[in-house]
Amino acid sequence: MSTIQPAIRVTDLKKSYGSHEAVSGLSFEVAKGEVFGLLGPNGAGKTTTVEILEGYRARTAGEVEVLGLDPGKRPRELREQVGIVLQSSALYVNLTVREALSHFASLYPTPRDVEETIALVGLEGKEDSRSRTLSGGQQRRLDLALALIGDPELLFLDEPTTGFDPQARRAAWETIRSLRALGTTIVLTTHYLDEAQALADRVAIIKDGKVVAEGTPEDIGGAKAHRSRVSWRDEHGALQSVDTDMPTKLLNELTGEALAAGREMADLKVSRPSLEDVYLDLTSETVDESV
Amino acid sequence: MKVSEPIPQKSSLVLAWRQYRLERKIFWRNPSAAFFNLMLPLLLLLLFGAVFSGNKTYLRVIVPGIAGMGVMASTFSALAFNLTFLREQGVLKRVRGTPMPAASYLGGLLGNAVTNACIQIIVVIFVARFAFGVGWPHNWLELGFFLAVGVTTFGALGVAFSHVIPSFDAAPAYVNAVFLPVIFISGVFYDTKGAPSFLREIAQILPLTHLIDGLSAAMVTGQAMSSQWGSIAVLAVWGLIGGFFAVRGFSWDERGN
Repeated sequence: MSTIQPAIRVTDLKKSYGSHEAVSGLSFEVAKGEVFGLLGPNGAGKTTTVEILEGYRARTAGEVEVLGLDPGKRPRELREQVGIVLQSSALYVNLTVREALSHFASLYPTPRDVEETIALVGLEGKEDSRSRTLSGGQQRRLDLALALIGDPELLFLDEPTTGFDPQARRAAWETIRSLRALGTTIVLTTHYLDEAQALADRVAIIKDGKVVAEGTPEDIGGAKAHRSRVSWRDEHGALQSVDTDMPTKLLNELTGEALAAGREMADLKVSRPSLEDVYLDLTSETVDESV
Repeated sequence: MKVSEPIPQKSSLVLAWRQYRLERKIFWRNPSAAFFNLMLPLLLLLLFGAVFSGNKTYLRVIVPGIAGMGVMASTFSALAFNLTFLREQGVLKRVRGTPMPAASYLGGLLGNAVTNACIQIIVVIFVARFAFGVGWPHNWLELGFFLAVGVTTFGALGVAFSHVIPSFDAAPAYVNAVFLPVIFISGVFYDTKGAPSFLREIAQILPLTHLIDGLSAAMVTGQAMSSQWGSIAVLAVWGLIGGFFAVRGFSWDERGN
């Protein structure tokens, strides 16, 4: 029983602000130990959903269970097992890295070791620097360290690499992967589809407060979204493409014709749609509406 | 759920103490805040005291006046400032996401403000005694009582007022728009008995007037607490109003979220 219980179970979640329904009947599950990505355009209900799971907002209707507890009641037992990285780095600017971590560690029953946490996020050498003297990227790492100091079973990451340069992003990805290897369940919201593709075991795409697709980054969108695309340049240099369920047969026919006619098929390639293609396909109407 | 042995939770009191210690550390690391909280009343007392040093009657007005102002500055003004800042920076939201109980956190913040109020009163008493020859307070118990009522009332009002301030940029304007008129009308710098009647009437409604009256009784005139029930009642009403709005309007997140 205890081993198969999911880390998060959301059933028909609804949240209204006055007459506006920000979340309208959302359901998903996050298994223990997985990295779950929540994707969706701005205003789709991502932040509202995550903040309900974190206990910051009350839901209007539906069932929500986080580590078997109701976040709407804000039980302390739950807050002891959850780490949260918010979008803004809210730091005590006049405290050093070690002081801030020691203070927050003292709030938890079984905190992670301060030095170990500093090493985990790569802030070695900055232990005695005050937060205000850290660079933007280092402040975000301290943010992450503060979320990890309680040794959480479940970690919420809201846009963890927004504003990072490519190297810092890679480093953050490595940290997230090592956390996953330690068994931490991670819920990640992100605007970057490559980030979801690189990190998430499963993703859910949210649009207008509903889950429109859910699955692994490879399989999301169903079979139709994953037809292979064969593309090439014709003799006039124009890009041609054909979607198919049977790429071998199609390739055989196309190359056979080309060989017979003595033509070269320039730039010939077979590709599968990326998460980005599926995402844009599923969410494009919302983008049109909001413009 | 986990089958492991139950882990003892930290007591709320221990966590409040930790937060208090942290707030003290942060307070001393921000020299400008420390200056405005502690040095400004002292500076005003020294200036006014030096100008009127021969005038014992005036010193008996200004000493409890500055003490009352110090209580208001370190509770009402400081809490309204700090909470606006912490809310805008997202620190309140971060704390909300940890196991820290709300009461422990706010208790730590209030304790910090109360400590500053006590430091100010002590500084005022010592300066009055040794620089200007005003005697020791007549009734320490009464002084402690009015200090407790004062920090509670102005602390509650400061928390409530932070809900009205739209942003940290606007905080100095909002706080001073209340603080400056109140300290002048309430008779920090002069005896309200000599003020025009309309100002006297306004002063009779304001809590600082009554705190200063109480402090004056305890520190200089030696009037018994039984003569101060009117002042205690006015402070209590303000405290209840402040407490009601402090709790009701409290937000851990920025407005509009």
